Amino acid sequence: MTIRIEKVDLPGIGTRHDLVTESGRRLSVVAYRDGERNLGIFDVEDPDACRDSIAITEDEAEALADLLGTSVAVSRLTALTDSTSGLYTEQLELAPDSPYLNRPLGDTKVRTRTRVSIVAIVRDGGVVPSPTPAEVLRGGDIIVAVGTRDGLEAAGRLLSNGPD
Amino acid sequence: MDDGTLILIEIGAVLLGMSLLGRLAARIGLSPIPLYLLFGLAFGTGGLLPLHEAHEFFETGADIGVLLLLALLGLEYSPAELVSNLRQSKYAGAIDFLLNALPGAVMALLLGWGPLGAVALAGVTWVSSSGVIAKVLRDLGRVSNRETPAVLSILVIEDLAMAFYLPVLTAVAVGVSLWQGAISVGIAVGVVLLILFVAFKWGHVVSRLFSAEHQESLLLGVLGLTMLVAGLAEGAQVSGAVGAFLVGIALSGRVAREAESVLTPLRDLFAAMFFVFFGLTTDAGQLLAVLLPAVVLAIVTMATKVLTGYLAARRAGIGVPGRWRSGLVLVARGEFSVVIAGLAVGAGAVPELAPLATAYVLITILVGSFAARITDTKWFKARMRQRALVRR
Repeated sequence: MTIRIEKVDLPGIGTRHDLVTESGRRLSVVAYRDGERNLGIFDVEDPDACRDSIAITEDEAEALADLLGTSVAVSRLTALTDSTSGLYTEQLELAPDSPYLNRPLGDTKVRTRTRVSIVAIVRDGGVVPSPTPAEVLRGGDIIVAVGTRDGLEAAGRLLSNGPD
Repeated sequence: MDDGTLILIEIGAVLLGMSLLGRLAARIGLSPIPLYLLFGLAFGTGGLLPLHEAHEFFETGADIGVLLLLALLGLEYSPAELVSNLRQSKYAGAIDFLLNALPGAVMALLLGWGPLGAVALAGVTWVSSSGVIAKVLRDLGRVSNRETPAVLSILVIEDLAMAFYLPVLTAVAVGVSLWQGAISVGIAVGVVLLILFVAFKWGHVVSRLFSAEHQESLLLGVLGLTMLVAGLAEGAQVSGAVGAFLVGIALSGRVAREAESVLTPLRDLFAAMFFVFFGLTTDAGQLLAVLLPAVVLAIVTMATKVLTGYLAARRAGIGVPGRWRSGLVLVARGEFSVVIAGLAVGAGAVPELAPLATAYVLITILVGSFAARITDTKWFKARMRQRALVRR
Protein backbone atom coordinates (compact mmCIF):
# COMPACT_ATOMS: atom_id res chain seq x y z
CA MET A 1 0.00 0.00 0.00
CA THR A 2 1.85 3.11 -1.19
CA ILE A 3 0.38 6.54 -0.80
CA ARG A 4 1.54 9.16 -3.25
CA ILE A 5 1.58 12.70 -2.01
CA GLU A 6 2.49 15.38 -4.50
CA LYS A 7 4.11 18.59 -3.28
CA VAL A 8 3.77 21.76 -5.33
CA ASP A 9 5.33 25.13 -4.52
CA LEU A 10 3.09 28.15 -4.85
CA PRO A 11 5.56 31.04 -5.08
CA GLY A 12 4.52 33.96 -2.95
CA ILE A 13 1.67 31.98 -1.35
CA GLY A 14 2.95 28.76 0.23
CA THR A 15 2.87 25.08 -0.62
CA ARG A 16 0.23 22.60 -1.71
CA HIS A 17 0.18 18.88 -0.98
CA ASP A 18 -2.08 16.63 -3.03
CA LEU A 19 -3.30 13.14 -2.29
CA VAL A 20 -5.10 11.01 -4.84
CA THR A 21 -7.24 8.47 -3.01
CA GLU A 22 -7.69 4.86 -4.02
CA SER A 23 -11.15 5.76 -5.29
CA GLY A 24 -9.58 8.33 -7.62
CA ARG A 25 -10.57 11.50 -5.77
CA ARG A 26 -8.06 14.25 -5.21
CA LEU A 27 -7.62 16.01 -1.88
CA SER A 28 -5.28 18.89 -1.28
CA VAL A 29 -3.92 20.83 1.65
CA VAL A 30 -2.63 24.34 1.01
CA ALA A 31 -0.36 25.73 3.71
CA TYR A 32 -0.12 29.51 3.43
CA ARG A 33 3.00 31.24 4.64
CA ASP A 34 1.06 33.04 7.35
CA GLY A 35 0.12 29.67 8.88
CA GLU A 36 -3.42 29.48 7.52
CA ARG A 37 -4.42 26.19 5.93
CA ASN A 38 -6.93 25.24 3.31
CA LEU A 39 -8.44 21.83 2.78
CA GLY A 40 -9.48 21.36 -0.85
CA ILE A 41 -11.72 18.68 -2.31
CA PHE A 42 -11.45 18.38 -6.05
CA ASP A 43 -14.32 18.21 -8.47
CA VAL A 44 -15.19 14.89 -10.13
CA GLU A 45 -16.07 16.42 -13.50
CA ASP A 46 -13.13 18.80 -13.63
CA PRO A 47 -10.21 17.18 -11.82
CA ASP A 48 -8.14 20.40 -11.97
CA ALA A 49 -10.56 22.48 -9.93
CA CYS A 50 -11.54 22.43 -6.29
CA ARG A 51 -15.21 21.87 -5.68
CA ASP A 52 -14.81 23.13 -2.16
CA SER A 53 -12.01 24.81 -0.35
CA ILE A 54 -12.28 25.04 3.41
CA ALA A 55 -10.13 27.33 5.54
CA ILE A 56 -9.01 25.63 8.76
CA THR A 57 -7.02 27.00 11.67
CA GLU A 58 -3.85 25.43 12.98
CA ASP A 59 -5.66 23.87 15.96
CA GLU A 60 -8.39 22.45 13.77
CA ALA A 61 -5.80 20.99 11.43
CA GLU A 62 -4.10 19.28 14.35
CA ALA A 63 -7.36 17.87 15.68
CA LEU A 64 -8.32 16.62 12.24
CA ALA A 65 -4.92 14.99 11.77
CA ASP A 66 -5.29 13.21 15.12
CA LEU A 67 -8.74 12.02 14.23
CA LEU A 68 -7.74 10.63 10.87
CA GLY A 69 -4.44 9.27 12.22
CA THR A 70 -6.18 7.23 14.96
CA SER A 71 -8.61 5.49 12.69
CA VAL A 72 -5.85 4.75 10.22
CA ALA A 73 -3.67 3.19 12.91
CA VAL A 74 -6.48 0.98 14.16
CA SER A 75 -7.71 -0.11 10.76
CA ARG A 76 -4.21 -0.96 9.66
CA LEU A 77 -3.81 -3.30 12.62
CA THR A 78 -7.09 -4.95 11.78
CA ALA A 79 -6.10 -5.40 8.19
CA LEU A 80 -2.79 -6.94 9.23
CA THR A 81 -4.25 -9.60 11.49
CA ASP A 82 -7.28 -10.48 9.40
CA SER A 83 -5.02 -12.03 6.79
CA THR A 84 -3.50 -14.44 9.33
CA SER A 85 -5.83 -17.36 9.97
CA GLY A 86 -6.94 -17.95 13.54
CA LEU A 87 -5.74 -14.56 14.81
CA TYR A 88 -8.19 -11.77 15.53
CA THR A 89 -8.06 -8.19 16.65
CA GLU A 90 -10.56 -6.84 19.08
CA GLN A 91 -11.09 -3.44 20.62
CA LEU A 92 -12.02 -3.86 24.25
CA GLU A 93 -13.36 -0.91 26.16
CA LEU A 94 -12.26 -0.68 29.76
CA ALA A 95 -15.44 -0.65 31.82
CA PRO A 96 -15.75 2.10 34.45
CA ASP A 97 -16.13 -0.58 37.17
CA SER A 98 -13.16 -2.66 36.03
CA PRO A 99 -10.87 -3.80 38.85
CA TYR A 100 -7.90 -2.61 36.78
CA LEU A 101 -9.09 0.99 36.56
CA ASN A 102 -6.16 3.34 37.35
CA ARG A 103 -3.83 0.38 37.73
CA PRO A 104 -0.87 -0.41 35.51
CA LEU A 105 -1.41 -2.68 32.52
CA GLY A 106 1.15 -5.15 33.92
CA ASP A 107 -1.21 -5.98 36.84
CA THR A 108 -3.65 -7.66 34.46
CA LYS A 109 -1.00 -10.25 33.44
CA VAL A 110 -3.18 -10.57 30.36
CA ARG A 111 -0.47 -12.12 28.19
CA THR A 112 0.38 -14.85 30.69
CA ARG A 113 -3.23 -15.55 31.58
CA THR A 114 -4.90 -15.46 28.16
CA ARG A 115 -2.05 -15.47 25.56
CA VAL A 116 -3.45 -12.22 24.18
CA SER A 117 -1.20 -9.28 23.21
CA ILE A 118 -2.15 -5.68 23.84
CA VAL A 119 -0.86 -3.79 20.78
CA ALA A 120 -2.26 -0.34 21.45
CA ILE A 121 -4.47 1.76 23.67
CA VAL A 122 -6.71 4.39 22.12
CA ARG A 123 -7.23 7.21 24.59
CA ASP A 124 -8.80 10.68 24.13
CA GLY A 125 -8.56 10.47 20.36
CA GLY A 126 -4.84 9.57 20.51
CA VAL A 127 -3.01 6.28 20.33
CA VAL A 128 -0.56 4.73 22.79
CA PRO A 129 1.21 2.20 20.58
CA SER A 130 2.76 -0.93 22.16
CA PRO A 131 2.01 0.12 25.77
CA THR A 132 4.53 -0.99 28.41
CA PRO A 133 3.39 -2.93 31.51
CA ALA A 134 3.76 0.32 33.47
CA GLU A 135 1.08 2.09 31.40
CA VAL A 136 -1.78 3.04 33.76
CA LEU A 137 -5.26 2.17 32.47
CA ARG A 138 -7.91 4.89 32.51
CA GLY A 139 -11.69 4.86 32.24
CA GLY A 140 -12.88 4.86 28.64
CA ASP A 141 -9.60 3.41 27.30
CA ILE A 142 -10.01 1.28 24.23
CA ILE A 143 -7.59 -1.62 24.39
CA VAL A 144 -6.60 -3.07 21.04
CA ALA A 145 -5.81 -6.72 21.57
CA VAL A 146 -4.63 -9.49 19.25
CA GLY A 147 -5.16 -13.17 19.97
CA THR A 148 -7.27 -16.27 19.31
CA ARG A 149 -11.05 -16.17 19.59
CA ASP A 150 -11.00 -17.94 22.97
CA GLY A 151 -8.09 -15.85 24.23
CA LEU A 152 -9.83 -12.59 23.36
CA GLU A 153 -13.02 -13.70 25.12
CA ALA A 154 -10.98 -14.60 28.20
CA ALA A 155 -9.16 -11.25 28.04
CA GLY A 156 -12.49 -9.40 27.86
CA ARG A 157 -13.74 -11.22 30.98
CA LEU A 158 -10.41 -10.64 32.74
CA LEU A 159 -10.48 -6.89 32.09
CA SER A 160 -14.06 -6.39 33.29
CA ASN A 161 -14.17 -8.90 36.22
CA GLY A 162 -10.59 -9.60 37.24
CA PRO A 163 -9.05 -13.10 37.37
CA ASP A 164 -11.45 -16.05 37.86
CA MET B 1 -4.58 80.41 5.90
CA ASP B 2 -0.85 79.78 5.70
CA ASP B 3 0.79 77.07 3.61
CA GLY B 4 1.35 74.72 6.53
CA THR B 5 -2.35 74.55 7.33
CA LEU B 6 -3.36 74.14 3.72
CA ILE B 7 -0.97 71.26 3.16
CA LEU B 8 -2.48 69.34 6.10
CA ILE B 9 -5.98 69.98 4.85
CA GLU B 10 -5.16 68.87 1.32
CA ILE B 11 -3.32 65.70 2.35
CA GLY B 12 -5.99 64.83 4.88
CA ALA B 13 -8.80 65.31 2.42
CA VAL B 14 -7.09 63.22 -0.26
CA LEU B 15 -6.26 60.34 2.13
CA LEU B 16 -9.79 60.37 3.52
CA GLY B 17 -11.24 60.31 0.01
CA MET B 18 -8.96 57.39 -0.90
CA SER B 19 -10.06 55.46 2.15
CA LEU B 20 -13.71 55.82 1.17
CA LEU B 21 -12.89 54.73 -2.38
CA GLY B 22 -10.99 51.72 -1.06
CA ARG B 23 -14.06 50.66 0.92
CA LEU B 24 -16.27 51.13 -2.11
CA ALA B 25 -13.88 49.00 -4.21
CA ALA B 26 -13.90 46.23 -1.62
CA ARG B 27 -17.71 46.36 -1.51
CA ILE B 28 -18.02 45.75 -5.26
CA GLY B 29 -15.15 43.25 -5.28
CA LEU B 30 -12.78 45.34 -7.35
CA SER B 31 -9.15 46.36 -6.97
CA PRO B 32 -8.94 49.93 -5.64
CA ILE B 33 -6.22 50.87 -8.18
CA PRO B 34 -8.57 52.12 -10.96
CA LEU B 35 -10.50 54.20 -8.42
CA TYR B 36 -7.29 55.80 -7.10
CA LEU B 37 -6.28 56.66 -10.65
CA LEU B 38 -9.65 58.27 -11.39
CA PHE B 39 -9.51 60.11 -8.07
CA GLY B 40 -6.10 61.54 -9.00
CA LEU B 41 -7.37 62.50 -12.43
CA ALA B 42 -10.26 64.40 -10.90
CA PHE B 43 -7.94 66.54 -8.77
CA GLY B 44 -4.97 66.86 -11.07
CA THR B 45 -3.94 68.87 -14.09
CA GLY B 46 -7.04 69.91 -15.98
CA GLY B 47 -9.22 68.23 -13.36
CA LEU B 48 -11.93 69.61 -11.10
CA LEU B 49 -9.91 70.73 -8.09
CA PRO B 50 -6.14 70.98 -8.67
CA LEU B 51 -3.97 70.48 -5.58
CA HIS B 52 -1.39 73.16 -4.77
CA GLU B 53 0.54 72.75 -1.57
CA ALA B 54 0.44 68.95 -1.26
CA HIS B 55 1.81 68.34 -4.73
CA GLU B 56 5.43 68.02 -3.62
CA PHE B 57 4.55 65.77 -0.72
CA PHE B 58 2.66 63.43 -3.01
CA GLU B 59 5.53 63.45 -5.49
CA THR B 60 8.03 62.20 -2.88
CA GLY B 61 5.49 59.77 -1.50
CA ALA B 62 4.89 58.39 -4.99
CA ASP B 63 8.62 57.74 -5.47
CA ILE B 64 8.80 55.84 -2.20
CA GLY B 65 5.61 53.99 -3.18
CA VAL B 66 7.24 52.59 -6.31
CA LEU B 67 10.28 51.43 -4.32
CA LEU B 68 8.13 49.76 -1.67
CA LEU B 69 5.92 48.05 -4.26
CA LEU B 70 9.02 46.44 -5.74
CA ALA B 71 10.82 45.73 -2.46
CA LEU B 72 7.79 43.85 -1.10
CA LEU B 73 7.44 41.96 -4.34
CA GLY B 74 11.06 40.86 -3.95
CA LEU B 75 10.42 39.84 -0.33
CA GLU B 76 7.69 37.44 -1.45
CA TYR B 77 10.13 35.31 -3.39
CA SER B 78 13.23 33.51 -2.29
CA PRO B 79 16.16 33.28 -4.72
CA ALA B 80 15.69 29.49 -4.92
CA GLU B 81 12.04 29.92 -5.93
CA LEU B 82 13.01 32.32 -8.68
CA VAL B 83 15.68 30.03 -10.11
CA SER B 84 13.51 26.91 -10.13
CA ASN B 85 10.65 28.90 -11.64
CA LEU B 86 12.88 30.30 -14.34
CA ARG B 87 14.01 26.79 -15.26
CA GLN B 88 10.52 25.36 -15.39
CA SER B 89 8.67 28.15 -17.12
CA LYS B 90 11.07 29.85 -19.48
CA TYR B 91 8.96 28.90 -22.50
CA ALA B 92 5.77 30.17 -20.92
CA GLY B 93 7.66 33.36 -20.07
CA ALA B 94 8.91 33.77 -23.64
CA ILE B 95 5.44 33.20 -25.10
CA ASP B 96 4.05 35.68 -22.60
CA PHE B 97 6.57 38.30 -23.70
CA LEU B 98 6.06 37.76 -27.44
CA LEU B 99 2.27 37.72 -27.29
CA ASN B 100 1.78 40.63 -24.92
CA ALA B 101 4.71 43.02 -25.20
CA LEU B 102 4.87 43.18 -29.01
CA PRO B 103 1.32 44.54 -29.53
CA GLY B 104 2.16 47.42 -27.18
CA ALA B 105 5.38 48.22 -29.04
CA VAL B 106 3.61 48.09 -32.40
CA MET B 107 0.84 50.40 -31.20
CA ALA B 108 3.38 52.96 -29.90
CA LEU B 109 5.25 52.94 -33.21
CA LEU B 110 1.96 53.37 -35.11
CA LEU B 111 1.20 56.38 -32.92
CA GLY B 112 4.67 57.76 -33.74
CA TRP B 113 5.93 57.69 -30.13
CA GLY B 114 9.50 56.67 -30.98
CA PRO B 115 11.67 53.93 -29.45
CA LEU B 116 11.20 55.03 -25.83
CA GLY B 117 7.43 55.06 -26.26
CA ALA B 118 7.58 51.63 -27.87
CA VAL B 119 9.66 50.07 -25.08
CA ALA B 120 7.45 51.68 -22.43
CA LEU B 121 4.11 50.68 -23.96
CA ALA B 122 5.44 47.14 -24.52
CA GLY B 123 6.03 46.95 -20.78
CA VAL B 124 2.60 48.38 -19.98
CA THR B 125 0.80 45.69 -21.99
CA TRP B 126 3.17 42.88 -21.03
CA VAL B 127 2.91 42.58 -17.26
CA SER B 128 -0.19 41.23 -15.53
CA SER B 129 -1.01 42.55 -12.10
CA SER B 130 0.30 40.08 -9.53
CA GLY B 131 -1.50 42.00 -6.79
CA VAL B 132 -4.92 41.87 -8.45
CA ILE B 133 -4.53 38.28 -9.63
CA ALA B 134 -3.25 36.85 -6.34
CA LYS B 135 -6.28 38.41 -4.64
CA VAL B 136 -8.72 37.06 -7.24
CA LEU B 137 -7.26 33.56 -6.88
CA ARG B 138 -7.78 33.70 -3.13
CA ASP B 139 -11.24 35.26 -3.31
CA LEU B 140 -12.51 32.72 -5.82
CA GLY B 141 -11.04 29.80 -3.86
CA ARG B 142 -8.70 28.75 -6.62
CA VAL B 143 -5.44 28.60 -4.70
CA SER B 144 -5.75 24.81 -4.40
CA ASN B 145 -6.55 24.33 -8.07
CA ARG B 146 -4.08 22.44 -10.19
CA GLU B 147 -3.68 25.19 -12.79
CA THR B 148 -2.70 27.78 -10.16
CA PRO B 149 1.05 27.00 -10.18
CA ALA B 150 1.06 27.67 -13.95
CA VAL B 151 -0.62 31.05 -13.38
CA LEU B 152 1.73 31.96 -10.53
CA SER B 153 4.83 31.00 -12.48
CA ILE B 154 3.86 33.44 -15.24
CA LEU B 155 3.52 36.17 -12.63
CA VAL B 156 6.89 35.28 -11.09
CA ILE B 157 8.65 35.25 -14.47
CA GLU B 158 7.15 38.63 -15.32
CA ASP B 159 8.28 40.06 -12.00
CA LEU B 160 11.79 38.73 -12.48
CA ALA B 161 11.82 40.02 -16.06
CA MET B 162 11.16 43.50 -14.64
CA ALA B 163 14.64 43.39 -13.12
CA PHE B 164 16.01 43.42 -16.66
CA TYR B 165 13.28 45.37 -18.37
CA LEU B 166 13.37 48.49 -16.17
CA PRO B 167 17.13 49.14 -16.67
CA VAL B 168 16.60 48.73 -20.40
CA LEU B 169 13.80 51.30 -20.23
CA THR B 170 16.07 53.71 -18.35
CA ALA B 171 18.92 53.11 -20.79
CA VAL B 172 16.71 53.73 -23.82
CA ALA B 173 15.55 56.97 -22.21
CA VAL B 174 19.15 58.13 -21.72
CA GLY B 175 20.83 56.72 -24.84
CA VAL B 176 21.18 59.18 -27.68
CA SER B 177 22.35 56.99 -30.53
CA LEU B 178 21.57 53.33 -31.10
CA TRP B 179 25.17 52.34 -30.32
CA GLN B 180 25.29 54.39 -27.14
CA GLY B 181 21.93 52.97 -26.16
CA ALA B 182 23.19 49.43 -26.67
CA ILE B 183 26.21 50.11 -24.46
CA SER B 184 24.17 51.56 -21.62
CA VAL B 185 21.70 48.66 -21.86
CA GLY B 186 24.67 46.28 -21.66
CA ILE B 187 26.06 48.02 -18.58
CA ALA B 188 22.66 48.11 -16.91
CA VAL B 189 21.98 44.42 -17.48
CA GLY B 190 25.50 43.62 -16.25
CA VAL B 191 24.92 45.55 -13.02
CA VAL B 192 21.58 43.79 -12.45
CA LEU B 193 23.17 40.37 -13.02
CA LEU B 194 25.93 41.26 -10.57
CA ILE B 195 23.48 42.36 -7.87
CA LEU B 196 21.32 39.27 -8.50
CA PHE B 197 24.38 37.07 -8.16
CA VAL B 198 25.30 38.73 -4.86
CA ALA B 199 21.71 38.37 -3.67
CA PHE B 200 21.60 34.66 -4.55
CA LYS B 201 25.02 33.84 -3.17
CA TRP B 202 25.25 36.02 -0.08
CA GLY B 203 21.59 36.84 0.63
CA HIS B 204 21.83 35.21 4.08
CA VAL B 205 24.68 37.57 4.99
CA VAL B 206 22.55 40.57 4.04
CA SER B 207 19.69 39.13 6.12
CA ARG B 208 22.00 38.91 9.13
CA LEU B 209 22.32 42.71 9.08
CA PHE B 210 18.87 42.80 10.60
CA SER B 211 17.22 41.16 13.56
CA ALA B 212 13.73 39.76 13.18
CA GLU B 213 13.13 40.41 16.89
CA HIS B 214 13.25 44.22 16.85
CA GLN B 215 10.39 45.45 14.71
CA GLU B 216 11.30 49.10 14.82
CA SER B 217 14.94 48.72 13.86
CA LEU B 218 13.94 46.18 11.22
CA LEU B 219 11.46 48.63 9.69
CA LEU B 220 13.97 51.48 9.61
CA GLY B 221 16.81 49.24 8.45
CA VAL B 222 15.04 47.54 5.56
CA LEU B 223 13.47 50.82 4.44
CA GLY B 224 16.86 52.52 4.65
CA LEU B 225 18.70 49.79 2.75
CA THR B 226 16.00 49.75 0.08
CA MET B 227 16.22 53.49 -0.52
CA LEU B 228 20.02 53.48 -0.34
CA VAL B 229 20.42 50.71 -2.92
CA ALA B 230 17.70 52.30 -5.06
CA GLY B 231 19.56 55.60 -5.02
CA LEU B 232 22.88 53.96 -5.90
CA ALA B 233 21.22 52.01 -8.71
CA GLU B 234 19.66 55.21 -9.99
CA GLY B 235 23.12 56.80 -9.95
CA ALA B 236 24.47 53.92 -12.04
CA GLN B 237 21.68 54.52 -14.59
CA VAL B 238 19.94 51.31 -13.50
CA SER B 239 16.39 52.09 -12.44
CA GLY B 240 16.08 52.55 -8.68
CA ALA B 241 12.97 50.37 -8.62
CA VAL B 242 15.13 47.42 -9.65
CA GLY B 243 17.52 48.11 -6.79
CA ALA B 244 14.58 47.94 -4.39
CA PHE B 245 13.37 44.67 -5.96
CA LEU B 246 16.81 43.09 -5.59
CA VAL B 247 17.04 44.13 -1.92
CA GLY B 248 13.74 42.34 -1.40
CA ILE B 249 15.06 39.20 -3.06
CA ALA B 250 18.33 39.25 -1.12
CA LEU B 251 16.51 39.18 2.23
CA SER B 252 15.29 35.72 3.16
CA GLY B 253 14.00 33.56 5.97
CA ARG B 254 12.43 34.97 9.11
CA VAL B 255 13.84 38.46 8.50
CA ALA B 256 12.01 38.55 5.16
CA ARG B 257 8.71 37.39 6.73
CA GLU B 258 8.94 39.96 9.51
CA ALA B 259 10.05 42.74 7.16
CA GLU B 260 7.07 41.93 4.96
CA SER B 261 4.67 42.35 7.84
CA VAL B 262 6.15 45.64 9.11
CA LEU B 263 6.51 47.20 5.64
CA THR B 264 3.11 46.21 4.25
CA PRO B 265 1.18 49.10 5.89
CA LEU B 266 3.80 51.56 4.61
CA ARG B 267 3.57 50.04 1.14
CA ASP B 268 -0.20 50.37 1.19
CA LEU B 269 0.03 54.05 2.09
CA PHE B 270 2.77 55.08 -0.33
CA ALA B 271 1.64 52.87 -3.22
CA ALA B 272 -1.84 54.39 -2.94
CA MET B 273 -0.18 57.81 -3.01
CA PHE B 274 1.71 56.74 -6.13
CA PHE B 275 -1.50 55.81 -7.93
CA VAL B 276 -3.19 59.04 -6.95
CA PHE B 277 -0.13 61.05 -7.93
CA PHE B 278 -0.03 59.31 -11.30
CA GLY B 279 -3.60 60.42 -11.82
CA LEU B 280 -2.78 63.90 -10.54
CA THR B 281 -0.03 64.43 -13.10
CA THR B 282 -2.03 62.95 -15.94
CA ASP B 283 -3.91 65.48 -18.01
CA ALA B 284 -7.55 64.44 -17.84
CA GLY B 285 -8.18 66.48 -20.99
CA GLN B 286 -6.04 64.10 -23.03
CA LEU B 287 -7.95 61.05 -21.91
CA LEU B 288 -10.53 61.27 -24.68
CA ALA B 289 -7.88 61.62 -27.38
CA VAL B 290 -6.18 58.34 -26.44
CA LEU B 291 -9.35 56.43 -25.65
CA LEU B 292 -9.60 54.70 -29.03
CA PRO B 293 -6.01 53.37 -29.07
CA ALA B 294 -6.42 52.31 -25.43
CA VAL B 295 -9.58 50.32 -26.21
CA VAL B 296 -8.03 48.67 -29.27
CA LEU B 297 -4.87 47.82 -27.33
CA ALA B 298 -6.88 46.48 -24.41
CA ILE B 299 -8.99 44.21 -26.65
CA VAL B 300 -5.95 42.83 -28.46
CA THR B 301 -3.75 42.27 -25.42
CA MET B 302 -6.55 40.88 -23.26
CA ALA B 303 -7.06 38.25 -25.98
CA THR B 304 -3.33 37.51 -26.20
CA LYS B 305 -3.12 37.22 -22.41
CA VAL B 306 -5.95 34.67 -22.38
CA LEU B 307 -4.04 32.73 -25.04
CA THR B 308 -0.84 32.95 -22.95
CA GLY B 309 -2.52 31.47 -19.88
CA TYR B 310 -4.31 28.85 -21.98
CA LEU B 311 -1.05 27.66 -23.55
CA ALA B 312 0.86 27.72 -20.25
CA ALA B 313 -1.80 25.59 -18.58
CA ARG B 314 -1.85 23.20 -21.54
CA ARG B 315 1.90 22.73 -21.19
CA ALA B 316 1.35 21.93 -17.52
CA GLY B 317 -1.08 19.16 -18.51
CA ILE B 318 -4.24 20.92 -17.34
CA GLY B 319 -7.67 20.12 -18.83
CA VAL B 320 -9.65 22.50 -21.03
CA PRO B 321 -11.70 24.23 -18.30
CA GLY B 322 -8.54 24.83 -16.28
CA ARG B 323 -6.81 26.31 -19.32
CA TRP B 324 -9.61 28.85 -19.72
CA ARG B 325 -9.48 29.67 -16.03
CA SER B 326 -5.72 30.35 -16.29
CA GLY B 327 -6.12 32.54 -19.34
CA LEU B 328 -9.04 34.61 -18.10
CA VAL B 329 -7.62 35.22 -14.64
CA LEU B 330 -4.44 36.76 -16.11
CA VAL B 331 -6.25 39.52 -18.04
CA ALA B 332 -5.92 42.28 -15.44
CA ARG B 333 -2.96 44.65 -15.75
CA GLY B 334 -2.28 46.90 -12.82
CA GLU B 335 0.40 48.36 -10.59
CA PHE B 336 3.31 47.54 -12.90
CA SER B 337 1.79 49.02 -16.01
CA VAL B 338 1.27 52.25 -14.07
CA VAL B 339 4.80 52.11 -12.61
CA ILE B 340 6.30 51.65 -16.08
CA ALA B 341 4.24 54.45 -17.59
CA GLY B 342 5.17 56.71 -14.67
CA LEU B 343 8.90 56.01 -15.01
CA ALA B 344 8.77 56.43 -18.79
CA VAL B 345 6.96 59.75 -18.71
CA GLY B 346 9.35 60.94 -15.99
CA ALA B 347 12.26 59.94 -18.24
CA GLY B 348 10.94 61.97 -21.16
CA ALA B 349 8.50 59.77 -23.07
CA VAL B 350 5.52 61.38 -24.75
CA PRO B 351 3.11 62.66 -22.07
CA GLU B 352 0.15 60.99 -23.82
CA LEU B 353 1.53 57.68 -22.53
CA ALA B 354 0.17 58.45 -19.06
CA PRO B 355 -3.50 58.91 -20.01
CA LEU B 356 -3.27 55.94 -22.38
CA ALA B 357 -1.87 53.72 -19.59
CA THR B 358 -4.57 55.01 -17.22
CA ALA B 359 -7.38 54.16 -19.62
CA TYR B 360 -5.74 50.83 -20.47
CA VAL B 361 -5.33 49.74 -16.85
CA LEU B 362 -8.89 50.85 -16.06
CA ILE B 363 -10.30 48.74 -18.89
CA THR B 364 -8.25 45.62 -18.18
CA ILE B 365 -8.92 45.65 -14.45
CA LEU B 366 -12.66 46.16 -14.95
CA VAL B 367 -12.97 43.56 -17.70
CA GLY B 368 -10.48 41.28 -15.94
CA SER B 369 -12.53 41.18 -12.73
CA PHE B 370 -15.53 39.92 -14.67
CA ALA B 371 -13.54 37.71 -17.05
CA ALA B 372 -12.01 35.79 -14.14
CA ARG B 373 -15.50 34.89 -12.95
CA ILE B 374 -16.84 33.66 -16.31
CA THR B 375 -15.39 30.20 -15.70
CA ASP B 376 -17.43 29.84 -12.51
CA THR B 377 -20.76 30.44 -14.25
CA LYS B 378 -23.27 27.68 -14.95
CA TRP B 379 -23.16 28.64 -18.62
CA PHE B 380 -19.44 27.98 -18.88
CA LYS B 381 -19.61 24.69 -16.99
CA ALA B 382 -22.49 23.51 -19.20
CA ARG B 383 -20.49 24.40 -22.32
CA MET B 384 -17.50 22.43 -21.05
CA ARG B 385 -19.68 19.42 -20.30
CA GLN B 386 -21.18 19.56 -23.80
CA ARG B 387 -17.73 19.73 -25.32
CA ALA B 388 -16.56 16.76 -23.32
CA LEU B 389 -19.61 14.76 -24.50
CA VAL B 390 -19.05 15.67 -28.15
CA ARG B 391 -15.43 14.60 -27.90
CA ARG B 392 -16.39 11.28 -26.48
